[in-house]
Amino acid sequence: MPLPLQKQFSAHNTWSRWSARLLVGVLAASFFLFIGIPLAALVIREPPALLWLAISQPEALQAVQLSIITTSISTLLTVVFGLPVAYVLARLRFPGRAVLETLVTMPTVLPPVVAGVALLITFGRFGLLGRYLSPLGITLPFTTVAVVMAQIFVASPFFINSAKAGLEQLDRRYELAAYTLRASPLYAFRRIVFPLIRPALLSGIGLAWARALGELGATITFAGNFPGTTETTPIAVYIAAESNLESAVALSVVLLAISFGLLLALRLGRNRIRG
Amino acid sequence: MKHFPRIFLIAVVGCMLLAAYGASSTPGGTPTPATTSITLNVFAATSLTESFNAIATAYHQMHPNVTIKFNYNGSQILEQQIANSAPADVFASADSANMTKASDAGLVNTSRIFVKNRLVVILPINNPGNITSLKDLAKKGIKIDLEATAVPAGKYSRQVLDNLSKSPGYGASYASAVLSNVVSLEDNVKAVVQKVQLGEADAGFVYRTDVTAAVASKLKVIDIPDPYNVIAQYPIAVVKSSTHASEAQAFISFVLSPAGQTILAKYHFITTSV
Repeated sequence: MPLPLQKQFSAHNTWSRWSARLLVGVLAASFFLFIGIPLAALVIREPPALLWLAISQPEALQAVQLSIITTSISTLLTVVFGLPVAYVLARLRFPGRAVLETLVTMPTVLPPVVAGVALLITFGRFGLLGRYLSPLGITLPFTTVAVVMAQIFVASPFFINSAKAGLEQLDRRYELAAYTLRASPLYAFRRIVFPLIRPALLSGIGLAWARALGELGATITFAGNFPGTTETTPIAVYIAAESNLESAVALSVVLLAISFGLLLALRLGRNRIRG
Repeated sequence: MKHFPRIFLIAVVGCMLLAAYGASSTPGGTPTPATTSITLNVFAATSLTESFNAIATAYHQMHPNVTIKFNYNGSQILEQQIANSAPADVFASADSANMTKASDAGLVNTSRIFVKNRLVVILPINNPGNITSLKDLAKKGIKIDLEATAVPAGKYSRQVLDNLSKSPGYGASYASAVLSNVVSLEDNVKAVVQKVQLGEADAGFVYRTDVTAAVASKLKVIDIPDPYNVIAQYPIAVVKSSTHASEAQAFISFVLSPAGQTILAKYHFITTSV
Protein backbone atom coordinates (compact mmCIF):
# COMPACT_ATOMS: atom_id res chain seq x y z
CA MET A 1 0.00 0.00 0.00
CA PRO A 2 1.54 3.35 -1.02
CA LEU A 3 2.32 5.90 1.64
CA PRO A 4 0.60 9.28 1.55
CA LEU A 5 2.51 11.63 -0.67
CA GLN A 6 3.70 13.92 2.15
CA LYS A 7 5.08 11.05 4.16
CA GLN A 8 6.82 9.63 1.15
CA PHE A 9 8.54 12.96 0.58
CA SER A 10 9.73 13.40 4.11
CA ALA A 11 11.00 9.84 4.22
CA HIS A 12 12.90 10.51 1.04
CA ASN A 13 14.26 13.78 2.44
CA THR A 14 15.44 12.23 5.66
CA TRP A 15 17.09 9.42 3.73
CA SER A 16 18.93 11.73 1.35
CA ARG A 17 19.90 14.06 4.17
CA TRP A 18 21.43 11.21 6.10
CA SER A 19 23.18 9.71 3.12
CA ALA A 20 24.65 13.12 2.27
CA ARG A 21 25.85 13.51 5.83
CA LEU A 22 27.35 10.06 5.79
CA LEU A 23 29.15 10.75 2.53
CA VAL A 24 30.58 14.04 3.77
CA GLY A 25 31.56 12.43 7.04
CA VAL A 26 33.34 9.51 5.41
CA LEU A 27 35.17 11.72 2.92
CA ALA A 28 36.23 14.22 5.58
CA ALA A 29 37.24 11.54 8.06
CA SER A 30 39.37 9.68 5.52
CA PHE A 31 41.13 12.93 4.65
CA PHE A 32 41.80 13.76 8.31
CA LEU A 33 43.30 10.30 8.67
CA PHE A 34 45.37 10.74 5.51
CA ILE A 35 46.92 13.92 6.91
CA GLY A 36 46.85 12.94 10.56
CA ILE A 37 48.37 9.46 10.54
CA PRO A 38 51.72 10.39 8.88
CA LEU A 39 52.06 13.33 11.29
CA ALA A 40 51.23 11.13 14.25
CA ALA A 41 53.71 8.55 12.94
CA LEU A 42 56.46 11.17 13.20
CA VAL A 43 55.45 12.10 16.73
CA ILE A 44 55.19 8.56 18.13
CA ARG A 45 58.18 7.07 16.30
CA GLU A 46 60.79 8.00 18.89
CA PRO A 47 60.36 7.66 22.64
CA PRO A 48 59.87 11.05 24.37
CA ALA A 49 63.18 10.81 26.25
CA LEU A 50 65.08 10.42 22.99
CA LEU A 51 63.10 13.28 21.43
CA TRP A 52 64.04 15.48 24.35
CA LEU A 53 67.70 14.51 24.11
CA ALA A 54 67.80 15.27 20.39
CA ILE A 55 66.02 18.59 20.83
CA SER A 56 68.28 19.76 23.64
CA GLN A 57 71.40 19.43 21.47
CA PRO A 58 72.94 22.91 21.06
CA GLU A 59 72.86 22.65 17.24
CA ALA A 60 69.17 21.77 17.29
CA LEU A 61 68.36 24.66 19.62
CA GLN A 62 70.39 26.99 17.44
CA ALA A 63 68.47 25.91 14.34
CA VAL A 64 65.09 26.31 16.03
CA GLN A 65 66.09 29.72 17.35
CA LEU A 66 67.25 30.85 13.92
CA SER A 67 64.02 29.60 12.37
CA ILE A 68 61.87 31.53 14.83
CA ILE A 69 63.85 34.75 14.39
CA THR A 70 64.09 34.65 10.59
CA THR A 71 60.45 33.66 10.02
CA SER A 72 59.26 36.42 12.39
CA ILE A 73 61.21 39.00 10.41
CA SER A 74 60.20 37.62 7.03
CA THR A 75 56.52 37.48 8.00
CA LEU A 76 56.65 41.05 9.30
CA LEU A 77 58.27 42.27 6.08
CA THR A 78 55.78 40.25 4.04
CA VAL A 79 52.93 42.13 5.72
CA VAL A 80 54.62 45.54 5.33
CA PHE A 81 55.26 45.08 1.61
CA GLY A 82 52.50 42.59 0.79
CA LEU A 83 49.55 44.56 2.12
CA PRO A 84 50.06 47.46 -0.34
CA VAL A 85 50.50 44.90 -3.13
CA ALA A 86 47.23 43.20 -2.17
CA TYR A 87 45.52 46.59 -2.01
CA VAL A 88 46.76 47.65 -5.44
CA LEU A 89 45.71 44.34 -7.00
CA ALA A 90 42.30 44.26 -5.32
CA ARG A 91 41.31 47.89 -5.79
CA LEU A 92 43.00 49.47 -8.78
CA ARG A 93 42.15 48.67 -12.37
CA PHE A 94 45.05 49.24 -14.72
CA PRO A 95 46.49 47.55 -17.79
CA GLY A 96 48.73 44.65 -16.92
CA ARG A 97 47.02 44.02 -13.60
CA ALA A 98 46.27 40.39 -14.49
CA VAL A 99 49.92 39.89 -15.39
CA LEU A 100 51.09 41.32 -12.07
CA GLU A 101 48.50 39.24 -10.22
CA THR A 102 49.84 36.08 -11.86
CA LEU A 103 53.44 37.15 -11.32
CA VAL A 104 52.90 37.47 -7.58
CA THR A 105 51.70 33.85 -7.43
CA MET A 106 54.62 32.48 -9.46
CA PRO A 107 56.98 31.79 -6.53
CA THR A 108 54.50 29.18 -5.25
CA VAL A 109 54.67 27.31 -8.57
CA LEU A 110 58.44 27.47 -8.93
CA PRO A 111 60.32 24.54 -7.41
CA PRO A 112 61.99 26.14 -4.36
CA VAL A 113 65.47 25.20 -5.55
CA VAL A 114 64.82 27.12 -8.76
CA ALA A 115 63.61 30.07 -6.69
CA GLY A 116 66.94 29.86 -4.87
CA VAL A 117 68.87 29.84 -8.13
CA ALA A 118 66.84 32.86 -9.32
CA LEU A 119 67.77 34.74 -6.15
CA LEU A 120 71.39 33.66 -6.49
CA ILE A 121 71.76 34.90 -10.07
CA THR A 122 70.07 38.16 -9.08
CA PHE A 123 71.54 38.99 -5.68
CA GLY A 124 74.68 36.82 -5.77
CA ARG A 125 78.20 38.24 -5.95
CA PHE A 126 78.10 38.26 -9.74
CA GLY A 127 74.32 38.47 -10.05
CA LEU A 128 72.27 41.00 -12.01
CA LEU A 129 71.94 43.33 -9.02
CA GLY A 130 74.45 41.74 -6.67
CA ARG A 131 77.41 42.87 -8.79
CA TYR A 132 76.59 46.47 -7.91
CA LEU A 133 76.30 45.61 -4.23
CA SER A 134 79.63 43.83 -3.83
CA PRO A 135 81.77 46.96 -4.50
CA LEU A 136 79.88 48.49 -1.56
CA GLY A 137 81.00 45.58 0.56
CA ILE A 138 77.56 43.97 0.62
CA THR A 139 77.35 40.27 -0.19
CA LEU A 140 74.08 38.53 0.50
CA PRO A 141 74.60 34.77 -0.08
CA PHE A 142 75.61 32.80 3.02
CA THR A 143 74.08 35.44 5.33
CA THR A 144 71.02 35.44 7.56
CA VAL A 145 69.63 38.25 5.39
CA ALA A 146 69.59 35.80 2.48
CA VAL A 147 67.58 33.36 4.61
CA VAL A 148 64.95 36.04 5.24
CA MET A 149 64.91 37.02 1.54
CA ALA A 150 64.37 33.40 0.45
CA GLN A 151 61.52 33.02 2.92
CA ILE A 152 59.82 36.21 1.75
CA PHE A 153 60.22 35.22 -1.90
CA VAL A 154 58.58 31.84 -1.39
CA ALA A 155 56.04 32.58 1.35
CA SER A 156 54.68 36.07 0.57
CA PRO A 157 52.21 34.93 -2.16
CA PHE A 158 50.23 33.09 0.49
CA PHE A 159 49.73 36.30 2.45
CA ILE A 160 49.13 38.50 -0.59
CA ASN A 161 46.49 36.23 -2.09
CA SER A 162 44.67 35.89 1.20
CA ALA A 163 44.73 39.65 1.88
CA LYS A 164 43.63 40.34 -1.69
CA ALA A 165 40.68 37.95 -1.36
CA GLY A 166 39.69 39.69 1.88
CA LEU A 167 39.79 43.10 0.21
CA GLU A 168 37.84 41.87 -2.82
CA GLN A 169 35.05 40.39 -0.69
CA LEU A 170 34.78 43.52 1.42
CA ASP A 171 31.58 45.49 0.86
CA ARG A 172 32.92 48.85 -0.23
CA ARG A 173 29.78 50.65 0.91
CA TYR A 174 31.04 50.72 4.50
CA GLU A 175 34.18 52.44 3.41
CA LEU A 176 32.30 54.86 1.15
CA ALA A 177 29.97 55.68 4.00
CA ALA A 178 33.01 56.64 6.06
CA TYR A 179 34.20 58.90 3.27
CA THR A 180 30.82 60.66 3.15
CA LEU A 181 31.39 61.32 6.84
CA ARG A 182 34.70 62.94 5.85
CA ALA A 183 36.97 60.24 7.10
CA SER A 184 40.51 60.42 5.70
CA PRO A 185 41.61 57.39 3.60
CA LEU A 186 44.02 56.36 6.32
CA TYR A 187 41.35 56.68 9.00
CA ALA A 188 38.88 54.73 6.89
CA PHE A 189 41.43 51.99 6.36
CA ARG A 190 42.37 51.80 10.00
CA ARG A 191 38.85 51.88 11.40
CA ILE A 192 36.71 50.30 8.68
CA VAL A 193 38.74 48.24 6.21
CA PHE A 194 41.30 46.78 8.56
CA PRO A 195 38.85 45.35 11.13
CA LEU A 196 36.76 43.83 8.34
CA ILE A 197 39.66 42.13 6.56
CA ARG A 198 41.45 41.14 9.74
CA PRO A 199 40.39 37.46 9.52
CA ALA A 200 41.75 37.27 5.97
CA LEU A 201 44.97 38.97 7.05
CA LEU A 202 45.43 36.62 9.99
CA SER A 203 44.89 33.53 7.91
CA GLY A 204 47.29 34.92 5.30
CA ILE A 205 49.87 35.60 7.99
CA GLY A 206 49.43 32.07 9.29
CA LEU A 207 49.90 30.51 5.87
CA ALA A 208 52.92 32.64 4.99
CA TRP A 209 54.53 32.05 8.37
CA ALA A 210 54.03 28.31 8.16
CA ARG A 211 55.42 28.22 4.63
CA ALA A 212 58.45 30.24 5.73
CA LEU A 213 59.02 27.90 8.69
CA GLY A 214 59.09 24.92 6.35
CA GLU A 215 61.23 26.63 3.69
CA LEU A 216 64.18 24.51 2.61
CA GLY A 217 65.05 24.49 -1.09
CA ALA A 218 65.32 28.20 -1.80
CA THR A 219 67.15 28.83 1.47
CA ILE A 220 69.82 26.15 1.08
CA THR A 221 70.41 27.22 -2.52
CA PHE A 222 70.57 30.97 -1.95
CA ALA A 223 71.78 31.22 1.63
CA GLY A 224 73.63 27.94 2.00
CA ASN A 225 73.81 25.99 5.22
CA PHE A 226 75.92 27.03 8.18
CA PRO A 227 75.01 26.47 11.84
CA GLY A 228 74.02 29.69 13.55
CA THR A 229 73.86 31.90 10.46
CA THR A 230 71.86 30.05 7.82
CA GLU A 231 70.99 26.61 9.17
CA THR A 232 67.24 26.80 9.80
CA THR A 233 65.30 23.90 11.29
CA PRO A 234 64.15 22.36 7.97
CA ILE A 235 67.74 22.40 6.68
CA ALA A 236 68.98 20.83 9.90
CA VAL A 237 66.30 18.15 9.52
CA TYR A 238 67.26 17.55 5.92
CA ILE A 239 70.97 17.23 6.66
CA ALA A 240 70.36 15.10 9.74
CA ALA A 241 68.12 12.75 7.76
CA GLU A 242 71.18 11.76 5.70
CA SER A 243 72.96 10.21 8.64
CA ASN A 244 70.77 10.23 11.71
CA LEU A 245 67.09 9.64 11.14
CA GLU A 246 66.30 9.79 14.87
CA SER A 247 67.49 13.35 15.31
CA ALA A 248 65.84 14.32 12.02
CA VAL A 249 62.52 13.01 13.28
CA ALA A 250 62.99 14.75 16.63
CA LEU A 251 63.67 18.09 14.97
CA SER A 252 60.69 17.59 12.67
CA VAL A 253 58.50 17.13 15.71
CA VAL A 254 59.73 20.46 17.09
CA LEU A 255 59.01 22.11 13.76
CA LEU A 256 55.53 20.57 13.75
CA ALA A 257 54.87 21.70 17.31
CA ILE A 258 55.91 25.29 16.57
CA SER A 259 53.88 25.46 13.37
CA PHE A 260 50.86 23.83 14.96
CA GLY A 261 50.95 26.18 17.94
CA LEU A 262 51.36 29.22 15.73
CA LEU A 263 48.58 28.32 13.31
CA LEU A 264 46.24 27.31 16.11
CA ALA A 265 46.88 30.60 17.94
CA LEU A 266 46.14 32.61 14.79
CA ARG A 267 42.99 30.58 14.18
CA LEU A 268 41.74 31.02 17.72
CA GLY A 269 42.56 34.73 17.54
CA ARG A 270 40.58 34.98 14.34
CA ASN A 271 37.58 33.19 15.78
CA ARG A 272 37.59 35.37 18.86
CA ILE A 273 37.42 38.47 16.71
CA ARG A 274 34.55 36.97 14.74
CA GLY A 275 32.62 35.80 17.81
CA MET B 1 34.14 36.56 -14.09
CA LYS B 2 30.91 34.99 -15.39
CA HIS B 3 32.82 32.81 -17.82
CA PHE B 4 35.27 31.65 -15.24
CA PRO B 5 33.62 28.26 -14.53
CA ARG B 6 33.42 27.43 -18.23
CA ILE B 7 37.06 28.29 -18.81
CA PHE B 8 37.95 26.28 -15.77
CA LEU B 9 35.97 23.33 -17.09
CA ILE B 10 37.71 23.53 -20.45
CA ALA B 11 41.08 23.65 -18.71
CA VAL B 12 40.26 20.63 -16.57
CA VAL B 13 39.00 18.62 -19.54
CA GLY B 14 42.10 19.65 -21.49
CA CYS B 15 44.39 18.46 -18.71
CA MET B 16 42.53 15.14 -18.50
CA LEU B 17 42.82 14.61 -22.24
CA LEU B 18 46.53 15.38 -22.07
CA ALA B 19 46.94 12.95 -19.20
CA ALA B 20 45.01 10.27 -21.06
CA TYR B 21 47.14 10.87 -24.14
CA GLY B 22 50.33 10.62 -22.09
CA ALA B 23 49.16 7.44 -20.39
CA SER B 24 48.14 5.73 -23.60
CA SER B 25 51.19 6.75 -25.61
CA THR B 26 53.76 5.37 -23.19
CA PRO B 27 53.22 1.64 -23.67
CA GLY B 28 52.62 2.10 -27.39
CA GLY B 29 56.05 3.68 -27.78
CA THR B 30 58.06 0.57 -26.92
CA PRO B 31 58.18 -2.07 -29.62
CA THR B 32 58.03 -5.65 -28.43
CA PRO B 33 61.13 -7.57 -29.49
CA ALA B 34 61.12 -11.26 -30.25
CA THR B 35 62.84 -12.23 -27.00
CA THR B 36 61.12 -11.24 -23.79
CA SER B 37 62.17 -7.71 -22.96
CA ILE B 38 63.12 -6.96 -19.40
CA THR B 39 63.83 -3.83 -17.44
CA LEU B 40 66.74 -3.62 -15.04
CA ASN B 41 66.39 -1.11 -12.21
CA VAL B 42 69.84 0.22 -11.43
CA PHE B 43 70.19 2.25 -8.23
CA ALA B 44 73.33 4.34 -8.69
CA ALA B 45 75.08 7.16 -6.84
CA THR B 46 74.48 10.63 -8.31
CA SER B 47 78.12 11.01 -9.32
CA LEU B 48 77.63 8.14 -11.79
CA THR B 49 74.83 9.91 -13.70
CA GLU B 50 76.66 10.87 -16.89
CA SER B 51 78.88 7.80 -17.15
CA PHE B 52 76.13 5.27 -16.38
CA ASN B 53 73.80 6.88 -18.90
CA ALA B 54 76.52 6.32 -21.51
CA ILE B 55 77.05 2.74 -20.32
CA ALA B 56 73.31 2.05 -20.55
CA THR B 57 73.23 3.27 -24.14
CA ALA B 58 76.15 1.03 -25.08
CA TYR B 59 74.67 -1.92 -23.20
CA HIS B 60 71.23 -1.53 -24.75
CA GLN B 61 72.81 -1.63 -28.22
CA MET B 62 74.39 -4.97 -27.41
CA HIS B 63 71.33 -6.33 -25.60
CA PRO B 64 68.27 -4.74 -27.22
CA ASN B 65 65.91 -6.74 -25.01
CA VAL B 66 67.32 -5.17 -21.83
CA THR B 67 66.15 -1.70 -20.93
CA ILE B 68 67.95 -0.04 -18.08
CA LYS B 69 66.14 2.32 -15.76
CA PHE B 70 68.22 4.41 -13.37
CA ASN B 71 67.45 5.78 -9.98
CA TYR B 72 70.22 8.26 -9.19
CA ASN B 73 70.52 9.59 -5.67
CA GLY B 74 72.90 9.89 -2.74
CA SER B 75 74.24 6.43 -1.82
CA GLN B 76 72.86 6.76 1.71
CA ILE B 77 69.36 7.41 0.30
CA LEU B 78 69.59 4.52 -2.17
CA GLU B 79 70.60 2.19 0.64
CA GLN B 80 67.55 3.30 2.65
CA GLN B 81 65.29 2.79 -0.37
CA ILE B 82 66.58 -0.74 -0.98
CA ALA B 83 66.21 -1.52 2.73
CA ASN B 84 62.58 -0.43 2.39
CA SER B 85 62.17 -2.94 -0.47
CA ALA B 86 62.31 -0.60 -3.44
CA PRO B 87 62.43 -2.69 -6.64
CA ALA B 88 66.17 -2.61 -7.39
CA ASP B 89 68.25 -5.08 -9.39
CA VAL B 90 71.67 -3.46 -9.11
CA PHE B 91 73.11 -1.16 -6.43
CA ALA B 92 76.14 1.00 -7.26
CA SER B 93 77.33 2.99 -4.25
CA ALA B 94 79.78 5.90 -4.09
CA ASP B 95 81.29 4.61 -0.89
CA SER B 96 82.00 1.30 0.80
CA ALA B 97 80.16 2.33 3.95
CA ASN B 98 76.71 2.23 2.40
CA MET B 99 77.44 -0.99 0.51
CA THR B 100 78.65 -2.60 3.74
CA LYS B 101 75.43 -1.42 5.41
CA ALA B 102 73.37 -3.03 2.65
CA SER B 103 75.40 -6.21 2.71
CA ASP B 104 75.25 -6.47 6.53
CA ALA B 105 71.48 -6.20 6.26
CA GLY B 106 71.50 -9.09 3.75
CA LEU B 107 70.15 -6.89 0.96
CA VAL B 108 72.84 -7.50 -1.66
CA ASN B 109 75.11 -10.25 -3.00
CA THR B 110 78.90 -9.95 -2.88
CA SER B 111 80.00 -6.55 -4.11
CA ARG B 112 82.97 -5.60 -6.26
CA ILE B 113 84.84 -2.30 -6.54
CA PHE B 114 84.28 -1.20 -10.13
CA VAL B 115 85.74 2.28 -10.15
CA LYS B 116 87.50 4.89 -7.99
CA ASN B 117 87.21 8.61 -7.68
CA ARG B 118 89.41 11.34 -6.24
CA LEU B 119 88.73 14.73 -4.76
CA VAL B 120 89.80 18.01 -6.34
CA VAL B 121 89.44 21.66 -5.42
CA ILE B 122 87.39 23.72 -7.86
CA LEU B 123 87.44 27.50 -8.32
CA PRO B 124 85.22 29.80 -10.37
CA ILE B 125 86.86 30.47 -13.75
CA ASN B 126 87.43 34.17 -12.87
CA ASN B 127 89.00 33.10 -9.56
CA PRO B 128 87.64 35.86 -7.30
CA GLY B 129 89.58 34.53 -4.31
CA ASN B 130 92.85 34.69 -6.24
CA ILE B 131 93.73 31.12 -5.31
CA THR B 132 96.65 29.46 -7.04
CA SER B 133 97.51 26.60 -4.70
CA LEU B 134 96.03 24.47 -1.95
CA LYS B 135 97.91 26.67 0.55
CA ASP B 136 95.84 29.68 -0.50
CA LEU B 137 92.73 28.00 0.89
CA ALA B 138 93.96 28.97 4.35
CA LYS B 139 94.10 32.68 3.47
CA LYS B 140 91.80 34.76 5.66
CA GLY B 141 88.52 35.84 4.04
CA ILE B 142 88.35 33.11 1.40
CA LYS B 143 84.88 31.64 0.98
CA ILE B 144 84.96 27.86 0.88
CA ASP B 145 81.98 25.65 0.15
CA LEU B 146 82.01 22.14 1.59
CA GLU B 147 79.67 19.18 1.92
CA ALA B 148 78.20 18.40 5.33
CA THR B 149 79.95 15.63 7.29
CA ALA B 150 76.98 13.31 6.65
CA VAL B 151 77.85 13.32 2.95
CA PRO B 152 80.78 11.02 1.97
CA ALA B 153 82.49 13.83 0.02
CA GLY B 154 82.31 16.04 3.12
CA LYS B 155 83.92 13.34 5.21
CA TYR B 156 86.67 12.83 2.61
CA SER B 157 87.35 16.58 2.30
CA ARG B 158 88.05 16.82 6.01
CA GLN B 159 90.32 13.78 5.78
CA VAL B 160 92.25 15.51 2.99
CA LEU B 161 92.65 18.63 5.15
CA ASP B 162 93.87 16.50 8.06
CA ASN B 163 96.34 14.74 5.77
CA LEU B 164 97.66 18.07 4.51
CA SER B 165 97.96 19.39 8.07
CA LYS B 166 100.26 16.51 8.91
CA SER B 167 102.65 17.48 6.15
CA PRO B 168 105.33 20.01 7.14
CA GLY B 169 104.70 22.05 4.00
CA TYR B 170 101.26 23.08 5.25
CA GLY B 171 101.60 23.14 9.02
CA ALA B 172 99.41 21.84 11.81
CA SER B 173 97.05 24.82 11.76
CA TYR B 174 96.23 24.39 8.06
CA ALA B 175 93.05 22.33 8.49
CA SER B 176 91.52 24.62 11.09
CA ALA B 177 92.42 27.72 9.06
CA VAL B 178 90.70 26.27 5.97
CA LEU B 179 87.67 25.10 7.97
CA SER B 180 87.25 28.58 9.45
CA ASN B 181 86.81 29.84 5.87
CA VAL B 182 83.88 27.50 5.24
CA VAL B 183 80.72 29.50 4.55
CA SER B 184 78.28 26.69 3.82
CA LEU B 185 77.82 22.96 4.36
CA GLU B 186 75.93 21.56 1.39
CA ASP B 187 73.86 18.40 1.38
CA ASN B 188 75.37 17.12 -1.87
CA VAL B 189 78.36 17.58 -4.16
CA LYS B 190 76.37 19.10 -7.03
CA ALA B 191 75.29 21.98 -4.77
CA VAL B 192 78.96 22.82 -4.19
CA VAL B 193 79.59 22.74 -7.95
CA GLN B 194 76.62 25.06 -8.45
CA LYS B 195 77.76 27.67 -5.93
CA VAL B 196 81.36 27.68 -7.13
CA GLN B 197 80.27 27.78 -10.77
CA LEU B 198 78.15 30.87 -10.04
CA GLY B 199 81.13 32.46 -8.30
CA GLU B 200 79.44 32.69 -4.90
CA ALA B 201 82.11 30.59 -3.24
CA ASP B 202 85.83 31.06 -3.95
CA ALA B 203 86.60 27.35 -3.74
CA GLY B 204 84.95 24.01 -3.12
CA PHE B 205 85.86 20.37 -2.63
CA VAL B 206 84.24 17.98 -5.14
CA TYR B 207 84.97 14.72 -6.95
CA ARG B 208 87.04 15.01 -10.11
CA THR B 209 84.09 13.47 -11.98
CA ASP B 210 81.82 16.34 -10.94
CA VAL B 211 83.76 18.63 -13.24
CA THR B 212 81.59 17.42 -16.11
CA ALA B 213 81.73 18.64 -19.69
CA ALA B 214 78.76 20.89 -18.94
CA VAL B 215 80.56 22.88 -16.24
CA ALA B 216 84.23 22.42 -17.16
CA SER B 217 84.39 25.77 -18.97
CA LYS B 218 83.19 27.60 -15.85
CA LEU B 219 85.61 26.05 -13.40
CA LYS B 220 89.31 25.83 -12.64
CA VAL B 221 90.60 22.64 -11.07
CA ILE B 222 93.39 22.31 -8.51
CA ASP B 223 94.52 18.71 -8.08
CA ILE B 224 95.15 17.27 -4.65
CA PRO B 225 98.33 15.15 -4.72
CA ASP B 226 97.51 11.45 -4.35
CA PRO B 227 99.45 10.92 -1.09
CA TYR B 228 97.13 13.43 0.63
CA ASN B 229 94.01 12.61 -1.34
CA VAL B 230 91.23 10.27 -0.34
CA ILE B 231 90.39 7.81 -3.06
CA ALA B 232 86.70 6.95 -2.95
CA GLN B 233 85.89 3.36 -3.87
CA TYR B 234 82.69 2.56 -5.73
CA PRO B 235 81.30 -0.93 -5.10
CA ILE B 236 78.57 -2.54 -7.20
CA ALA B 237 76.37 -5.56 -6.39
CA VAL B 238 73.28 -7.48 -7.43
CA VAL B 239 70.35 -6.84 -5.12
CA LYS B 240 69.16 -10.09 -3.51
CA SER B 241 65.47 -9.42 -4.14
CA SER B 242 66.09 -8.96 -7.87
CA THR B 243 63.88 -11.04 -10.15
CA HIS B 244 66.44 -10.67 -12.98
CA ALA B 245 69.56 -11.70 -11.10
CA SER B 246 71.39 -13.20 -14.07
CA GLU B 247 70.71 -10.14 -16.28
CA ALA B 248 71.78 -7.90 -13.39
CA GLN B 249 75.02 -9.88 -13.10
CA ALA B 250 75.56 -9.56 -16.87
CA PHE B 251 75.20 -5.78 -16.59
CA ILE B 252 77.74 -5.66 -13.76
CA SER B 253 80.14 -7.79 -15.83
CA PHE B 254 79.84 -5.23 -18.61
CA VAL B 255 80.60 -2.39 -16.22
CA LEU B 256 83.73 -4.26 -15.12
CA SER B 257 84.73 -5.18 -18.69
CA PRO B 258 87.29 -3.12 -20.67
CA ALA B 259 84.42 -1.60 -22.70
CA GLY B 260 82.63 -0.42 -19.58
CA GLN B 261 85.82 0.79 -17.94
CA THR B 262 86.74 2.80 -21.05
CA ILE B 263 83.45 4.67 -20.79
CA LEU B 264 84.00 5.34 -17.08
CA ALA B 265 87.52 6.60 -17.76
CA LYS B 266 86.11 9.07 -20.26
CA TYR B 267 84.23 10.65 -17.35
CA HIS B 268 87.43 11.00 -15.30
CA PHE B 269 86.95 8.01 -13.04
CA ILE B 270 89.99 6.06 -11.97
CA THR B 271 89.34 2.64 -13.46
CA THR B 272 90.23 -0.59 -11.75
CA SER B 273 92.70 -2.80 -13.57
CA VAL B 274 90.61 -5.75 -14.62
